Amino acid sequence: MIDIKRHNAGFCRDHFLVHCREQVRRAIHDHKMVEPGDRIVVAVSGGKDSLALWDLLVGLEYDVDGLYLGLGIGEYSGESVQFARKYASARGLKLHEVDLQDDLGFTVPGAASVTHRSPCGACGLSKRHVFNTFARDHGYDVVATGHNLDDEAAVLLGNVLRWETGYLGRQHPVLPSAPGFVRKVKPLVRLGEREMAAYCVLQGIDYQVEECPMAEGNRHLGYKEVLNALEERSPGSKASFLFGFLERAHAQFATVAVEEREGLSACIECGSPTTSEICAFCRLRERASGVSLGEGR
Amino acid sequence: MKILLRNPRREIEVSGPCTVASLLHRLELNPESVLVIVGDELVTRDARLDDSASVEIRPVISGGAS
Repeated sequence: MIDIKRHNAGFCRDHFLVHCREQVRRAIHDHKMVEPGDRIVVAVSGGKDSLALWDLLVGLEYDVDGLYLGLGIGEYSGESVQFARKYASARGLKLHEVDLQDDLGFTVPGAASVTHRSPCGACGLSKRHVFNTFARDHGYDVVATGHNLDDEAAVLLGNVLRWETGYLGRQHPVLPSAPGFVRKVKPLVRLGEREMAAYCVLQGIDYQVEECPMAEGNRHLGYKEVLNALEERSPGSKASFLFGFLERAHAQFATVAVEEREGLSACIECGSPTTSEICAFCRLRERASGVSLGEGR
Repeated sequence: MKILLRNPRREIEVSGPCTVASLLHRLELNPESVLVIVGDELVTRDARLDDSASVEIRPVISGGAS
């Protein structure tokens, strides 16, 4: 049994699995995330959200493969890839792998140290770049990520606290395709992370429970704690906050995001859309790997 | 009761019996941020835990969202 306070309901195993599948189906339908014939690549970390997402999309009979990005975070990365491989091989699914160190010459801890960025900042930038370019170069129409209701509510809180209008305009379950950008979707947006962990336990999906050692003190963890304290006192707060924003406020910020996208040009190094001559990822890679830009051209 | 906690992984002993809700309250854990697992089964807040139970309290919050 699992209890979900915001639905004021307890579910047995079978009905809980149906609930998860229906929430994903509804998110995909309501936000027009996938077109018939689309090839999807799921960004797989070895954690609960991405493995549950892959499992749910396979269950809904989408054409979907996985992509794991090795971040070079010591033992943590060494373990996470094993969870991703184990899940894929047990089900006969295709898992692509890209390794920051082997394929691009740097690691997240190394990049954070050299550039004085937060590790999460370097990690997020690398993931966004690699998942998009890999999908673009390998004929995938859609990148699906395991961002769930809690992730999105926490990001929204952070963006509202700082009134980040550009980020608010881009915060949506679907980022449409554009020149240089593959469509990006978040099919778990209607499910909380407690539900995703429960889904994995009930489906027998072995995932990496241990938290990334570099995430300690991460701002978003603090936002999640605050939101969970609110949720405990007032179940449904997180969903109301996020879906209220999407239904009633997002459109007012969307123009800013569209204008920002229209002002992008191609990075002279990798061709990815950027606001400057060389994209943020190529600049990060140059500093972190010590390989000068242009040497790889 | 033997309680397995994660992040970092460690075991503690807590006297029982008690409900899941009271155990989480004693450990100052928000029920929204964990799953409680006994054997292979998920248990709800009102479930009663015997003094001999082996319980895993598994955190569900992951960070690093960007």
